Amino acid sequence: MLASERDQLKAEIFKMAKKHDQHRSGLIPVLQHVQNVSRHISPEAMQDIAEAFKIHPVEVQGVVSFYSFLSTEKKGKFIVRLCRTISCDMAGKEAVANQLENELGIEFGETTDDGMFTLEFTNCLGMCDQGPAMLVNEDIHTKVTPETVADIIDNYRNRFGAHVTQGEHA
Amino acid sequence: MSKTDKKLVIFSDIDVEKALKSALQKSRPDLINEVRDSGLKGRGGAGFPTAVKWNLAAAAQGDRKFVICNADEGEPGTFKDRLLLTDYADQLVAGMVLAGYAVGAKEGIIYLRAEYAYIRKDLEATLEKMRGKKLLGKKIAGKDNFEFDVHIHMGSGAYICGEETALIESLEGHRGEPRNRPPFPVTVGYLGCPTSVNNVETFITVLHIVEKGAKWFKSYGTEKSTGTKLFSVSGDCDKPGVYELPMGISIKKLLETVGGEDAKAVQVGGASGTCVPRKDFDRVIAYEDVSTGGSIIVFGPFRDMLEVAVNFMEFFCDESCGQCTPCRLGTETLLEGLDMLDEGKCSLKYLRELCSLGETMQVSSKCGLGQSAPNAFLSIVENFKSEIFDSRCTCR
Ligand SMILES: Cc1cc2nc3c(=O)[nH]c(=O)nc-3n(C[C@H](O)[C@H](O)[C@H](O)COP(=O)(O)O)c2cc1C
Ligand code: SF4
Ligand code: FES
Repeated sequence: MLASERDQLKAEIFKMAKKHDQHRSGLIPVLQHVQNVSRHISPEAMQDIAEAFKIHPVEVQGVVSFYSFLSTEKKGKFIVRLCRTISCDMAGKEAVANQLENELGIEFGETTDDGMFTLEFTNCLGMCDQGPAMLVNEDIHTKVTPETVADIIDNYRNRFGAHVTQGEHA
Repeated sequence: MSKTDKKLVIFSDIDVEKALKSALQKSRPDLINEVRDSGLKGRGGAGFPTAVKWNLAAAAQGDRKFVICNADEGEPGTFKDRLLLTDYADQLVAGMVLAGYAVGAKEGIIYLRAEYAYIRKDLEATLEKMRGKKLLGKKIAGKDNFEFDVHIHMGSGAYICGEETALIESLEGHRGEPRNRPPFPVTVGYLGCPTSVNNVETFITVLHIVEKGAKWFKSYGTEKSTGTKLFSVSGDCDKPGVYELPMGISIKKLLETVGGEDAKAVQVGGASGTCVPRKDFDRVIAYEDVSTGGSIIVFGPFRDMLEVAVNFMEFFCDESCGQCTPCRLGTETLLEGLDMLDEGKCSLKYLRELCSLGETMQVSSKCGLGQSAPNAFLSIVENFKSEIFDSRCTCR
């Protein structure tokens, strides 16, 4: 991360923390924000966040490691989360999983080299009557099939390609 | 939309603004008494009487109190809260206002699971609309000394945060690790203040009860399980979806309703629930028999029940918060045992040991996750032992 980027993020962190009166209840909203803008929570960010809330960085790390939507590793621009829980499993998630790996050329738990996609399994998404279900960032996709999955992925690829901005490539 | 043709209670028509305003004309005790008389029990799974919880929170000492809506819906096979949050959000918020009025809280929080982030925008719009109509904020419905507002707090991906004390830990900026109880949240909850945590469906049901009467509500259901309940039905059936059905319905009848008559087993209550085999389909869904927060998963005649058990146990291994040993190690040991069964390498003696480990977990785990994690394992092993052994014989 560029020094100026870190400074900018730090300023945002401090501003948000202040909005929460530096109370710990503001910690997770801040972490969510950092995750959103920089796609992970770096050691530097954790230090800044700890400073903003006047707690030890280890405390921050403990929280980050607990939640599956927060991460210390940099994620792709799009995080694909396929439901692996029972109803989606019975509805054929295995074939979808296989095709996702083929389309993206990575395995579950990995991120594509261009930093576009991260592929993950997740637990029940609350769409069990319309499985297999899949989240891409905040969008929900239901009744996904091995055939439709390629289109869904392409769609995100194109959408991003249309407005690539400087410095957004990993 | 829901698959229910008949609109019984939760899906019955209601003028939200009118219902809320007339409910607020009642005295606090009268409002809670109406809920008490209805016999309503919490719809989030644990089935604690709602009026008792509200009375405790109302009686607790504290200048600041909270009402929290548990919208962390993460139990495998449950999606009725998602439907309510999407299509009935105004009713939910009105129900929360009534809770705030009843217990004396000014602040409400909706804890919305991260996976439902796509619902947030509409939910915010509903809150804003209700503020505009003065159904949220200061002097609600013209009552001088009553104010209440709601904000949304996003979860970050952890099933355990549906457990109410873990939820509160998470709200306070900590790892979502369940607390020791007592003290219960009604006395020491969010930020140490008296807090009532209720399920989405519970709030909505209260709104209908207060508007239409406890007697009307009790005309549905059984004596111990009054009213209707939403069921999230998925798996091997013709018509999966959300159904509103009276409590006390038999599993057989439910399967007829959803087109799953040929099922060989039904999982009632999600991964934490029990697996009911065909021979027991006369059992009824109610707090006094097979209890559920709403999850119904249908297994057709060709399902491999061992695979089902493995999927559930993987879920618990993944979602255990790891705070206490029986749950953290127990779930892993049971999963290993299932793998051994799958490979045809598990002796009956060891299987018995695993079952007794499961029973130990039920009594010694700190929270509901570890206490219920072995349920599916135990009921599947008990009911499908011969199927499992016959299909995994290594000597063939
Ligand atoms: C592991 C675990 C997960 C839970 N998840 C939820 C949930 O997602 N939604 C919910 O309303 N209650 C959930 N509960 C139950 C809550 O702890 C609590 O009892 C409930 O929110 C109270 O609301 P009610 O009385 O209206 O049912 C869960 C409990 C446990 C042990
Ligand atoms: S039972 Fe499991 S989830 Fe509950 S506190 Fe113990 S380890 Fe955590
Ligand atoms: S099991 Fe996949 S959404 Fe519920």
